[in-house]
Amino acid sequence: MIEIDVGLARANFTLAVKFTAGEGVTALFGESGAGKSTVLHLVAGLLKPDRGRIVVNGTVFTDMAAGIFLPAHRRRIGYVFQDALLFPHLSVRQNLTYGRWFTKAEPNGITLDQVTELLGIGALLDRRPTTLSGGERQRVAIGRALLASPHVLLMDEPLAALDIDRKREIIPYIQRLRDELKLPILYVSHAIEEVARLADRVILMAQGQVKSDGPPQQVLSPKAGPGDDRFARASILTTTKPSYDPDYQLTQVSHPAGAITLAGRLLPQDGPIRVVIRATDVTIALSKPRELSIRTALRGKVSAISEPLGAVVMVEVELEGGEILAAAVTRKAVDELGLGEGDQVHCLVKSVSIDDRLMAIKD
Amino acid sequence: MTGLSEEDWTAILLSLKVASVATLASLPVGLALAYILARFRFPGRTLLDGLIHLPLVMPPVVTGYLLLLSFGRKGPIGAFLDECCGLVFSFRWTGAALAAAVMGLPLMVRAIRLTLESQDRRLEQAAGTLGARPLFVFATVTLPLALPGILAGSILSFAKALGEFGATITFVSNIPGETQTIPAAIYTFTQVPGGDANALRLTAVSIVISLFALIASEILARRLNRQVASFS
Repeated sequence: MIEIDVGLARANFTLAVKFTAGEGVTALFGESGAGKSTVLHLVAGLLKPDRGRIVVNGTVFTDMAAGIFLPAHRRRIGYVFQDALLFPHLSVRQNLTYGRWFTKAEPNGITLDQVTELLGIGALLDRRPTTLSGGERQRVAIGRALLASPHVLLMDEPLAALDIDRKREIIPYIQRLRDELKLPILYVSHAIEEVARLADRVILMAQGQVKSDGPPQQVLSPKAGPGDDRFARASILTTTKPSYDPDYQLTQVSHPAGAITLAGRLLPQDGPIRVVIRATDVTIALSKPRELSIRTALRGKVSAISEPLGAVVMVEVELEGGEILAAAVTRKAVDELGLGEGDQVHCLVKSVSIDDRLMAIKD
Repeated sequence: MTGLSEEDWTAILLSLKVASVATLASLPVGLALAYILARFRFPGRTLLDGLIHLPLVMPPVVTGYLLLLSFGRKGPIGAFLDECCGLVFSFRWTGAALAAAVMGLPLMVRAIRLTLESQDRRLEQAAGTLGARPLFVFATVTLPLALPGILAGSILSFAKALGEFGATITFVSNIPGETQTIPAAIYTFTQVPGGDANALRLTAVSIVISLFALIASEILARRLNRQVASFS
């Protein structure tokens, strides 16, 4: 359990955050410069706040009023940096066991064998960090943090420096951490797919403040979206019952507003599946189209039309079933279609623009 | 190579001893100064930096004379060290080593400081988050990563010590077997009739030693660099 209530004046904004986070992944989400990483630095003890308290599992890390500031090496936190920061002069095994030096007395900590198995790094133990791929480095960095038997895991954009294939390689491992270790994880990211896929809870930050806080579907819904950048806008839809068509290699999932077709194969999954759809991938049609390559058409009615930003207007559609889907369209299109609030529309999504990278599997 | 006289050998061995002791003794001092200059901002930092570099720009004779004034038998520091620990510098080989150490210190500090400044300090932070207290971080992360710089600084300081002449001769004179290092011996041979052959032999020897030190350091540095090469 992490309890944070701190304030810190920075050059370009004043950070003031207050929240608590328990087991599972709490994502700190927002644009660059929103203060997400600063929060992690404060929890880790790499930075001192101007005021406030940080308490983890009952241990007071920071209490400025009482003059308490525990140094980083006595906080028992696992910190995973964006660029791994493995020790280049040590082997993978020595990197992994570095934290062991200080936690020998820990009776029920995780073992090296468990960590190498969990992260699939058993074959790398005798290698040097310089010879590893980016994804391997990041997995070793996660293992190194876990082996220090942390009471809380802090992950600072652990996937941001990796290409899409490396991301796909690592995400399942982070999911396993989340599901198998009973650890609070604070996860900083500005990538909506990562957050949608991993987070149990999302804290949206902007300008050093908490803007909203709740489950991903709610916080990441278009109204609370991260600003006016149309490429950053995305919606999360909760779907069920995937079925796979091996002939065409397509997966279909059910949504109250219509079936959604996805390229690629989704592993059999019982629970709900989160699908992330970018606002720029959605087309609006007034009638159900025919003779069109698009396979996914979701029914709903227009619930809001934003003020235009240049040529672009953000249209929010309340789908049947109540979820909101955002579509970025041109102002000209809105005028020519005569779109207004309450209009019945079909939202078209290209199947090829969603595949298993954008798929969030949860519970 | 057996054409070396006993006098030559005395000067060679003395030079190696003086240079080794000077380098080893100045290593902890140089490391500490480099660390302070690289990592801390404090009033007087520029002054400290300037003082360390002074022997590099002052005439060596001036450095030697200052050493004589302060570390000589009657100098304040020299008298104190003689009394408390029986450590005497004037007209001893230890004085030659001290002069060589002082002259080589700026080179050593520069080299070590450069590697410390180019280190990614977040590696130290990472070690801290894993539970390592600052001294342990220094010993297991900072120091190993600075090894190439420490090696380069030591080689420079050693080479400087081998060639040091002005400060040494001013401070501890030119006593065969005690303070007469290779450069002083060469100088002496050039001052007496018929000494050219000896001077040439010693010149050849100092070239060989210098080359050997350079090549050895190059090989070591390459191996170290391979180990600690950071990735981008």
